[in-house]
Amino acid sequence: MKLQKNTLLALCSALEFAARPGTQLSAAEIADKYRMSPHHLAKVLRTLGRAGLVRAARGAGGGYRFAGNPRRVTLMDVIELFEDISAPKSAARRAGRRAKAEAGAAAFEVEDALGVVLSEIDEIAKATFRSITLETMLKLVARRRG
Amino acid sequence: MISLKKPAAARAAAVAARIRGVQAADLEQVVDIDAGITGLRKAAYWGEILRRYGGGRQQRFFLVADRGGRIEGYVVGDVRDWEFGSPPCGWVFGIGVRPDARIGGIATQLLDAICDGFRRLGVDKVRTLLARDNQLVLSFFRSQGMMAAPFIPLEKDLG
Repeated sequence: MKLQKNTLLALCSALEFAARPGTQLSAAEIADKYRMSPHHLAKVLRTLGRAGLVRAARGAGGGYRFAGNPRRVTLMDVIELFEDISAPKSAARRAGRRAKAEAGAAAFEVEDALGVVLSEIDEIAKATFRSITLETMLKLVARRRG
Repeated sequence: MISLKKPAAARAAAVAARIRGVQAADLEQVVDIDAGITGLRKAAYWGEILRRYGGGRQQRFFLVADRGGRIEGYVVGDVRDWEFGSPPCGWVFGIGVRPDARIGGIATQLLDAICDGFRRLGVDKVRTLLARDNQLVLSFFRSQGMMAAPFIPLEKDLG
């Protein structure tokens, strides 16, 4: 499972908000920290907002606040908002069908077997993302900070 | 999203559980807890675990969380030397908490206690193995700072 730039930015943003649950943070503040354009980040935050993970704050300065439960929200909850997590499997199938049509059954068998291995890796990645909450991630950040 | 509401019993429980070695009289409650979690009642299995791990045997731990005579949870594990090519380390192979006692820190107490036991035996690493879809318990171990180990479990059908 290869994460897109938007997904990584969403994970970083969710962690920034979860680390300071009562604090209103501006998109510009987070964009600056992660060297992203505020316009790009705004789109990511709108998606997080629609999922109920952040809430837009009205009034002077605007910004967003965390609206989820860091002990319950997992990395996968954020990732699923931006990625089609069934994609690798269907990509493998598509590749298999294409191979069968274009190069015959032998190529299909190889592609199909590779698809099995790639799916195995993918399932491990998904289980890992499902098992790590934002709070656990924040603890990991703190431990690595030392 | 991990869904786990804090039960009223856990919220109300002001008395901390005491972690101690299992006794034969606890076994029925341990079997109940496990059956409540897995849906399988394995009395014979737990009897065997009690025989092999009970009574404070060297390198083996079977601990329970006792709150006023009610067993709230259990943990089982041991120190294994050079298994899977690894230097001696602690293994936790069973942990369970009554659903109505969760979110009260019982599992954390149990894990801390067994890790203390492992440390006393001179090991500095603890490991466990879980089903990939056991999100609840995986999340618990993750929350305790556990990370992926440098092992890959493998299997095949023996048809």
